[in-house]
This record gives sequence, structure tokens and C-alpha cells, in this order.
Amino acid sequence: MTTTEPVQDWATDYDIFDPGYVRNPYPVAEQLRGTCPIAHTERWGGSWMPTRYDDVVAIAHEYETFTSQQILVTPLPPQMQEGAYGGVAAPPITSDPPDHHWQRRLILPTFSPQSVAKYEPGTRELCHRLIDGFIATGRADAATDYAQQIPVRVIAAMLGVPLEMSDEFTSWVRGVLEVGLTDPVVRMESRNKIIGFFASEIADRQAHPRENDLITELLGAQFEGQPVPVTYVMGVCNLMLVAGIDTTWSSIGSALWHLAQHPDHRAQLSANTDLWPTAIEELLRAYSPVTMARIVAHDTEFQGCPMHTGDRVLMSFPLANRDPSVFENPDEVILDREHNRHVAFGAGIHRCAGSNLARLELRIALRTWMERIPEFELEEPSSVTWAGGQVRGPRVCTVRFPKG
Amino acid sequence: MRIRIDADRCQGHQMCAVVAPELFGSDDFGNATILIEGAVPPELEAKARRGAGTCPEQAVIIED
Ligand code: HEM
Ligand code: SF4
Repeated sequence: MTTTEPVQDWATDYDIFDPGYVRNPYPVAEQLRGTCPIAHTERWGGSWMPTRYDDVVAIAHEYETFTSQQILVTPLPPQMQEGAYGGVAAPPITSDPPDHHWQRRLILPTFSPQSVAKYEPGTRELCHRLIDGFIATGRADAATDYAQQIPVRVIAAMLGVPLEMSDEFTSWVRGVLEVGLTDPVVRMESRNKIIGFFASEIADRQAHPRENDLITELLGAQFEGQPVPVTYVMGVCNLMLVAGIDTTWSSIGSALWHLAQHPDHRAQLSANTDLWPTAIEELLRAYSPVTMARIVAHDTEFQGCPMHTGDRVLMSFPLANRDPSVFENPDEVILDREHNRHVAFGAGIHRCAGSNLARLELRIALRTWMERIPEFELEEPSSVTWAGGQVRGPRVCTVRFPKG
Repeated sequence: MRIRIDADRCQGHQMCAVVAPELFGSDDFGNATILIEGAVPPELEAKARRGAGTCPEQAVIIED
């Protein structure tokens, strides 16, 4: 399942894995918005791709037509859909109403701003420890030495699973969300590793319930007077690992990549720390990492496009967030942008449940970096590499700075 | 000026609270709450408008 023919016409044959597009998708989107705002391709299983904010948000809201039966940007080949863990989904992200409602409501309190605040001191300590590891050398890969190391440990702590397995967790998640998008064998293997791991964690909690433990609490949760199914708990654990790591790491990495190239923005943030909350929202807007998919439930015409049952529609929040009809000077990062209704965390009923945690991690990771390393620059801009597709962010981003 | 949240629209993005923490808070599920009683103090009116303009669900309702 590889297509490497160069794209001739982006409106009818786009390729979200085209290396140039992965590096910088925004010029293509700008051109499409003016000519063919909902593009189509037969590549990678076929899909539609709206590029305007209003269309992306409308699709997110019309959940009866655009369902979450599949949410990855490429399909698995039909013979691979049912593996050992075929019945385990990733609720609530893979659910539609009515089940979506209780499946989401059950986990929301875990992620409220009040609840996630307790992860702040541990996250800060972790960031300092990571910086201690490289500050004396005057150089670091902001993507892999720093950004990548943070969210995986926060989620592992939240789930009560071994922090020493962080590198394995990261590689499983990349197996699903990066490599696995174009390599179904890797995707299934990674998925099976994740579910197999949580099956044994869950068995352990059933035999030995723990105090103050999320998995134990989920196992004891009830819906309409009945204990929730174990497959639900397994699905939620699966989702927390997959949704919380690549995404947040990509955001932290993109923000550092931006700051490395913008001494003016570093100076503004150092001089006025009150700018941070809006600055973080603006960096989330400008470098939104996540694209999701929907499956069309019944034949429909959307903005003049004939969509058929089973068609895949991409919701590219990165492109929506650069729409000039909603954001003035969308390609410019304006740290105190006045009205920033970005949809980096999606829109409608599936709005990222982890958004308050993600914001906290971004704030701590970026502020701690800037306190310790206020001056830094890209070592070699052309050596920066990007991942794209489902989650966009830098994967190698070497920076240098005065030795500390 | 008065503000309220349209609970049918609010999806808990918490972006209102990011730009105007004096006015907007969060319930146990992360949905927005209003932290003031009665009218918005004049010095916070601009922030209230910013909160409304920042909500991606257009759930912050301003009544002048
Ligand atoms: C910057 C980091 C992040 C970004 C940009 C992001 C983005 C998104 C987006 C766009 C959605 C909507 C999916 C859809 O409409 O189908 C989503 C859903 C979700 N995210 Fe995140 N996410 C981030 C971090 C996190 C973290 C740290 C967690 C914590 C475990 C998390 C957990 C979830 C969950 C549970 C859902 C499903 C909500 C539902 O379907 O009701 N995310 N995320
Ligand atoms: S920004 Fe809008 S959707 Fe989000 S919490 Fe505030 S009112 Fe609700």
C-alpha cells in the first residue's frame, strides 16, 4: 500500500504523505481554498479533504452523517480489520451517540482543569531533569531529548503503569499513528502490543485493586447500575496512551521549533509572562498537530460534493486553523491574537477530552525551557524532519544554546 | 453587560477561561461556568467579549 507518484493536481489527487506537504501543508491548502475547497483523492484508500474552517467544523458537528466508525486517516485492508483484539475500540473517540455520551462523561472529570492540576509539580520536575541532562553540552534535539520524553511519562503516571516502559509506549504509539498509517502490519502489531499490555494491567488490578488508581477506578465504574464492560476500560486505556502522547509531544516540539527561529517572540515572552496563556493557544492554532477522519453514514451532498456511504472525510484541524476568513493573517504567529477560536482540539461532541492536560503540559514544558534556556536557535534548519498524516510535528529538531 | 453560557453548545474547550479567568470557570466535567453574579464589571467587559470571540462553539452569549 504505497503510492509515491508525485502529485500533479492537488484538488483531485492529493497525497497527505507527500514529503513536501508533510513539511509544509499550508501553501497547498491556501491554493485549494480558492479553487476547490473540498479536495478529493483516490490515494491511501480514498478520501475527501475540506480546507475551510466552516466546513471542517460543520463536519465535526454533523455526527449523524459523519460518524466516528473509523477515525484514522487511512483504512486498514479489509482482511486485517479483525485481529485478536478486533472487538476493542477506543471509546469515546471511536463511538457515536448514544453510547458516546456516557463513555465520554465517565472520563471527563479525570481531565477537568481542577483534576489535572495535580500533575503540574511532577511535570515541572520532569522538565527540569530532562534539561539537566543536556544543558551543559550546549545542544539538544528539542524533539527527541525533550518534547518526546514529557507526555508519555505524564500519561504513564496517570494510568499507574511503569514509567520505565516509556520508550516502548512511545514506539507502540508511533506504530499506530505514524508508521502504521502507511504500513498496516506495523499498525496491527503495535495495536496488539498496546491492548495486550493493558489486558495484563487490567488482570493485575482485578486481582489486586489499588488505591488512587485510575484503572482500578474505571473497573469499578458503573453505567445505569451495571459495571462498565472490561472492553470499555481496555479501550479507554488504549485511547489515553494513543491520544495523549504523539499529539502533545508534537505540539511542544513545534512550539520550540518556532521559538528557536523567533528571537522577538522569545523576548516578548521573557519580558511579559502574562502573555503565555494566549501565546500557547496561538502556537496550538498555527501548528495544530491533529487531523481526524470521519466515515459518511449515508449518501449525502456536502457543499456540492457527492459523498457516498462509507466514504472517508478528513478533518484537517491544521488547515482549518489557517483559514483567512476566520483568522486575520493566518500564517503569522501573533502571541496575543485577540479572537482565536482555533479548533486544534477539534469541535463538537468529540472535543479533545485531554485538552486541559495538554495545555498544562505545554505551559510547563515551554516555560521551564524558556526559564532555563532563554536563547537558542536551530543548529541546521534543513536537518529538521517532520511527521505528518494523522499527527504533524518535528521528529528531529536539533538546537544549540549557550552552555549552562 | 451580562454573560451566560449556552449549555447546549458548550463542549468544554475552556478557551473562555484561558482568556478571561476572572469571568469563566469550569464545572466537574470541564464545561464553562460563570464566576460572577449579575452584570459584568465595566473593567471586565472587554475580557468578556474576548471570551465570547474565542469560543469555537459560540457558546458564550453576551447580552448588552
Ligand atoms: C496538543 C495535544 C493534543 C491535541 C492537539 C489533541 C487533539 C484532539 C482532537 C482534535 C480530538 C478530536 C477527535 C475527533 O473529533 O474525532 C481529540 C480527542 C481526544 N483526545 Fe486529544 N489531543 C491532544 C492531547 C490529548 C491528551 C494529553 C489526552 C489525554 C489522554 C487526549 C485525549 C483525548 C481523548 C480521550 C479524546 C476523545 C474525546 C471524545 O471522543 O469524546 N488528548 N484530541
Ligand atoms: S470556550 Fe466555549 S465551549 Fe469552551 S468552555 Fe468556554 S463556553 Fe464552553
